[in-house]
Amino acid sequence: MTEQKKTREPLFHLVKRINVPAWQAWAIRGGAIVGGFLLIGILIYAFLGIFPTDAYRYMFEGAFGSQYRVMVLLRDLAILLLFALAVTPAFKMKFWNIGAEGQVLMGAYCCMVCLYYLGGKINNVVLIFIALACAILGGAIWAVIPALFKAKWNTNETLFTLMMNYVSVRIIEYTIKVWVPGGTGVLPTMHYGNLPTIAGENFWFSIIVALVLTAVMYTYLRFSKHGYEITVVGESENTARYIGINVKKVIIRTLILSGIICGVTGFLLVSGINHSLTSESAGGRGFTAILVSWLAKFNPVGMIFTSLLVVFLSAGTDEIMTKGGITTSFFSQVVTGLMFLLIIGCEFFINYKIVFRHHAEAPKTPIGTGSTTAETALTASEDASADAAKEENV
Amino acid sequence: MKKLLTIIMALALVAAVAVGMVACGNNDIKDAEEVELPALTLTPDMDYSNVNIAGSFKIGMICLHGTESTYDLNFINAAKAAVKELGMADGQLIIKTGVPEGEKCYEVATDLIRKDGCNVIFADSFGHEDYMLRAARENPTVQFCHATGYKAAIENLANYHNAFASIYEGRFLAGIAAGLKLYEINKDKAADKQNYKMGYVGAWTYAEVISGYSSFFLGAKYALNQKEAGLGNKLTMDVKFTGSWFDITAEKNAANALISRGCALISQHADSMGAPSACEAAGVPNVSYNGSTIVSCPNTFLVSSRINWTPYVKYIIAKTSKGEAFGTDYTGTLKNGSVALTALNGDAIAEGTVDAIVDARTKIINGSLKVFDVTTFTVGGNRLTGELVQNGAYQESSTASAPSFDAQIDGIKLLNKVFEADKDGNPVLLPGDED
Repeated sequence: MTEQKKTREPLFHLVKRINVPAWQAWAIRGGAIVGGFLLIGILIYAFLGIFPTDAYRYMFEGAFGSQYRVMVLLRDLAILLLFALAVTPAFKMKFWNIGAEGQVLMGAYCCMVCLYYLGGKINNVVLIFIALACAILGGAIWAVIPALFKAKWNTNETLFTLMMNYVSVRIIEYTIKVWVPGGTGVLPTMHYGNLPTIAGENFWFSIIVALVLTAVMYTYLRFSKHGYEITVVGESENTARYIGINVKKVIIRTLILSGIICGVTGFLLVSGINHSLTSESAGGRGFTAILVSWLAKFNPVGMIFTSLLVVFLSAGTDEIMTKGGITTSFFSQVVTGLMFLLIIGCEFFINYKIVFRHHAEAPKTPIGTGSTTAETALTASEDASADAAKEENV
Repeated sequence: MKKLLTIIMALALVAAVAVGMVACGNNDIKDAEEVELPALTLTPDMDYSNVNIAGSFKIGMICLHGTESTYDLNFINAAKAAVKELGMADGQLIIKTGVPEGEKCYEVATDLIRKDGCNVIFADSFGHEDYMLRAARENPTVQFCHATGYKAAIENLANYHNAFASIYEGRFLAGIAAGLKLYEINKDKAADKQNYKMGYVGAWTYAEVISGYSSFFLGAKYALNQKEAGLGNKLTMDVKFTGSWFDITAEKNAANALISRGCALISQHADSMGAPSACEAAGVPNVSYNGSTIVSCPNTFLVSSRINWTPYVKYIIAKTSKGEAFGTDYTGTLKNGSVALTALNGDAIAEGTVDAIVDARTKIINGSLKVFDVTTFTVGGNRLTGELVQNGAYQESSTASAPSFDAQIDGIKLLNKVFEADKDGNPVLLPGDED
């Protein structure tokens, strides 16, 4: 068969890898990160004339250069991690919620509404709790709307959550214009309903909340029945239905959970950090969080490290720009973007391998055979899940 | 065969891109003739002859965006120029770009003080103010200088200051170029074909923008009246607001809408290239803001007024390094070089523009010409009165550095309003009276 068609064989083709050993996968990922840093070094030297060793030193200094910088970095990490924790359960269920940005903004918005109207009129501690409750409610409502539509009418959740982001941005812009009639679009900082500082700094609240929620989310996804249901719905909705999981209920419940975490994050952004609100308070982290969650394979503990990579890169490239006297924001964005492109790109090589024509050793198993094996493997795992589910239902 | 086709397609694509790039390059080569205004003898804010700045003296600058925004670019260039004029090393100026209007501003300021030991912190965006104030309270030995804000006069901290410039003087002068251009367009036309309508793209309906377009309008009116007594009364202007300081599409659409309403000349108070590029495409003269757009708009750019922050930054550095106190508000003027006009477009301006601008500039500086002279305009048919009207003119920027003129001058029609407040400060959303 191959003899006959050899002349029409393409230059290379892709073969799905089956059962890549974990060490190999991690070696590829590690290689991508190292390669990314090398590439950044070369680019910075080529365009800015900063020697790579200096560039790496600046990066490190930008992130860890002083105790204060470390605290800022950890707080930024905590906030990004919270965004990532919020999107993770939905993603694990293959519900593509790209609306964390809007859900956090709505949480922040509801919190700000409380601070604005109740500040100074009621006890400050009570106000903080009311603001927290409202923020959670706001985030949850914003997340559950697309979930309800998905469950009821099977609408596309990606488009729906994306558009909800813009709605929340406009609601905030409108409200700020109503509150600040001058038209400058800037809300003054609030004097009430602010979280107390711990040891004189306002970093700790975010860090502690992020740590606690990471542990809770890890346990929830790994050891709880809910977490198990999320996994099954993500693997196969049909299997889930077959073993008696109410898929609609799981979708709605999980999105409420996502919304609650987004609400808490919004509350921290307003009450704990900025004491004010703009339509850019989320700062695109709702989207970066997708990357963070994905790179960590939806593992909350792994997300600590992927968040660290993101905030390190951000603080590091900022410092390089400052040291190099670069005053345009484009370069740091290009550098960070390239890094992530490499990291995400490497996932492709973990899942596929390239086979070139005229290669001395042609793939031993033709594509057809490979995919059959894969299908067999998948069926086997589904059977196993089904069995496990039955056991649990009993 | 398929492969051959692929290769041909790829080559075609490369060729197309190359041709496109060359074509763009060619467009840029075409240069318009730039005419500089004769230099002005400036009156500096202080004597800089015996200012010696220590090598350890450092300045931190917090910018909302990077140099991709014309507003921030203007600010960054000024800081670099001031540092150079004072003979300081490059390392003594630390610029942080892309700092959002939130807690990050406070954190960057704190880091600049703790890590780099900065003696002065500048910030360029309105929304940085509260966070700058907080850092100022915590660091009484460091000077904090915030451009465009208004709280310095209220808070009364010794180390917190606001700054603005009397840009209305610059807009008035740019308005003269506009008025003379209109005169040139209309002078040979029959009376019924004459069109003295201008268009203006504004960001928001509030004092800073209102003061700006009113002074521009008054400048054009002044120029027309100089040509022919009473001709200025024919002048009208439509204003359209975008509700954003930087929105290329909205500004472009607003400019096009004004052009289609018959506006013979456009000016703007917003930071993108939207309006100037729309004017270039339509062949309508444009008076720009913040900097020259002559490279992209060689046929239609007339002149641009801009704030030059260099005298301000220089003054603050010199005062701080000498350990001398300075006021809560700094207002830059034509006189000290803070308000400037760019070079004019020799191919586009009307005859006699340079002389007319120089004449008015001299008169503004010596006080014989006042931009907001209440005899030159009416508000609702009546002469403007009020607390700030003194000696026959509205005293703009006299109590605080930020502009405050917000009266609606007759002859200017607002096509829409992006939020304004009533007398009690309550918001009023006004529907556009567009036809």
